[in-house]
Amino acid sequence: MTLTRFVTKSAFRNKRRSILTVLSIAFSLLLLTLMMTIWHAFYIDKGSAESAQRLITRHRVSLTQAMPAFYRQKIRAVPGVVAVAPVNWFGGIYKDAKPENFFAQFGTDPEEIMNIFTDFKLPADQLLAWQRDQAGAIVDTQLAGKFGWKLGDRIVLKGAIYPVDLELTIRGMYTAPQPTNSLYFNEKYVEEAVSWAKGTAGTFYILTDTPENVSKVAAAVDNMFRNSPEPTKTESEKAFQLSFINSIGNVKAFILSICFAVVFATLLVSATTMAMSIRERTREVAVLKTLGFTRQSILKLYIGEGVLVALTGGALGCLLALGLVSAMSHAPGMGLFLAGVKVTFPTLLLAIFVAGMVGLLSAIIPAYHSAKLDIVEGLRYIG
Amino acid sequence: MAIPISYNIRNLKLRKGLTIMTALGIALTVTTAVFLMALLAGLKKAFMASGDPVNVLVMRKGSTAELSGGFDANLFPTLKTLPGIATDKEGQPIASGEWVVVVVLPRKDGTGEVNVSVRGLMPAGLTLRPGAKLVEGRWFTPGQREVVVGRSIHDRFSGANVGDSMDFAKGQWKVVGVFDSGGTAYDSEIWGDVNQIAADFDRQGGYASAYLRATDAIAADALKHRVSDDQRLKLEGTLETEYYEKQTSSGGAIKFIGTFVAVIMAIGSSFAAMNTMYAAVAYRSREIATLRIIGFSRPSILTSFVIEALLLSLLGAIVGIALILPFNGMSTGIGNSLTFSETVFSLHLTWGVALAAVVFAMIMGLLGGFAPAWHAARQDILTSLRA
Repeated sequence: MTLTRFVTKSAFRNKRRSILTVLSIAFSLLLLTLMMTIWHAFYIDKGSAESAQRLITRHRVSLTQAMPAFYRQKIRAVPGVVAVAPVNWFGGIYKDAKPENFFAQFGTDPEEIMNIFTDFKLPADQLLAWQRDQAGAIVDTQLAGKFGWKLGDRIVLKGAIYPVDLELTIRGMYTAPQPTNSLYFNEKYVEEAVSWAKGTAGTFYILTDTPENVSKVAAAVDNMFRNSPEPTKTESEKAFQLSFINSIGNVKAFILSICFAVVFATLLVSATTMAMSIRERTREVAVLKTLGFTRQSILKLYIGEGVLVALTGGALGCLLALGLVSAMSHAPGMGLFLAGVKVTFPTLLLAIFVAGMVGLLSAIIPAYHSAKLDIVEGLRYIG
Repeated sequence: MAIPISYNIRNLKLRKGLTIMTALGIALTVTTAVFLMALLAGLKKAFMASGDPVNVLVMRKGSTAELSGGFDANLFPTLKTLPGIATDKEGQPIASGEWVVVVVLPRKDGTGEVNVSVRGLMPAGLTLRPGAKLVEGRWFTPGQREVVVGRSIHDRFSGANVGDSMDFAKGQWKVVGVFDSGGTAYDSEIWGDVNQIAADFDRQGGYASAYLRATDAIAADALKHRVSDDQRLKLEGTLETEYYEKQTSSGGAIKFIGTFVAVIMAIGSSFAAMNTMYAAVAYRSREIATLRIIGFSRPSILTSFVIEALLLSLLGAIVGIALILPFNGMSTGIGNSLTFSETVFSLHLTWGVALAAVVFAMIMGLLGGFAPAWHAARQDILTSLRA
């Protein structure tokens, strides 16, 4: 019998206990993997190559302040800017004010916006149809699926910020790399109905020629308006999205404390199991020693056992996390939060590593005591 | 006959290390759950306490928040003369036309920029919010570029002390006072003169909202309907309490994530508790057989082990709640989806939260303890005695 086989056999000799421990560790590791995945998506992932080329300009004071619409032409003149279009939050109510009927609606320029959303897929004939119909709109395919909309359907958005109800005809459905939960319509519709909306813009979306130019363009745009009555703040699409997430509160501290609690809980579970399983084998250890096993090899046997159980739990947890994340990112309604989030390989590796370390740490103390055991004492031990 | 609880307590004491570790595992889960529940309780408190039942908030029809749109200033005199509005010492109706705008301020601890609500109000606006008390300095003077800041703003942002200058919109604003509204949403606001604010944000000629103070709660209700039913006004009245109650929904994300995290951690802890209880049963199989022979019935053995598991989880719950005590009252901010700005609230450990935590722990104990207890009760006496 090889050592590996010996370790495997002992690790799973009390099947019920091993299974319970593995399951307990698996659920904790599932949570840890999820938290790390969210952390990665929020703070490490730089976004797609297309997204990295986009910038968003808003009023320096806050998102709720409007900028003059003529800024668009000035921004266009900045070197490195390929395309620029206004994107205005409409914030209308569809059907009723229930949260499940909420989705984002933006007024924009149909002639240019699709040149900026380079990674959105919209059939050319649908784009043309949208450009021809001032009361037309395009929607995310995922959103259309949720509400059962088809091309040509008419929907009414009740204005909350703007005193106008929009009657829109769906002219196109686009597919974005991640569900956007959004609808875009022609800004002229609102401008013609609401006099004070004319000549203003909430945000400008900018496409730059190269990803390297992004920061240069952002600085150039902000400098241009620095001393005007309406200063701007220009940031990458990713940073813009992150500012919304940060508004939920101190998300970083939140995720970190959950991770800490989870790891500590896993450590406790694993240590309890190892302590139980090593203690009930006190006599066996004495026998092993009599047979000539050294302290070190006994230490190794037990630590190997702890690590093996924890790793099994960790692997199971990772599998659960993979399944859960892919299920959630496809579920309708989860759109904004976990859209397009993927468990990355380094995250999985880190989770498995944490599991291994937990197994190691949990086994060290009981294994050390066991290895130090006096043979005669151990043989006398009756449990 | 039932097995005395002291038997279980002694057993838990005997296997001290195991008991402590399992209880700690449960405690960590409870702590996480309590933390989230206390957060939600604090949030609810901040919003629930913010409204005054005799204040009627008037906004344009269709507006869901004070930020969205506004109405013409010409309508304000009509509103002021509606019946049922309380009058001040000079006999003037207590009504205030207001603007709420959002500005970005850097946090004191350097963790980024946050949206903060700035409210422009008329002097009557202070009269109809008697809950807001000045703790330092004085109120702003109408016609001056002066602001007073809520307590949370004072605590969390730099440059928010009396005598400091704040830089937003078109220039500097002098901070002349700090007010405390008792942990409500107003504590996260900056107040200034409505005309000054409107001018700085290019919003003259209208108001985002108007606050009317009714003589009593019934008059408030009548006033609310009167405003909403008046076809000329095209405005809508809501009780201030109703308005803030709706904003509690901004805790939705925390609630969702919190429930999710707590449930998964609870599943993990239940497995751990089950493990401990199975070990306890295995360790005592002879003892159990002896108890059976003495005449204790299967149900009483089952009950005894379930109780032991519950005791274990109760211990965990107590430790878990104790762990959160130092954080009680700690404050944090949350972005409000209706106002786009941050509302500060504090962790609020209520008896309700503590009770919920105990129940939560008990459920874990029950889930973890039932199967082993069942196993113990079903053991074959002879085999167990021989073991």
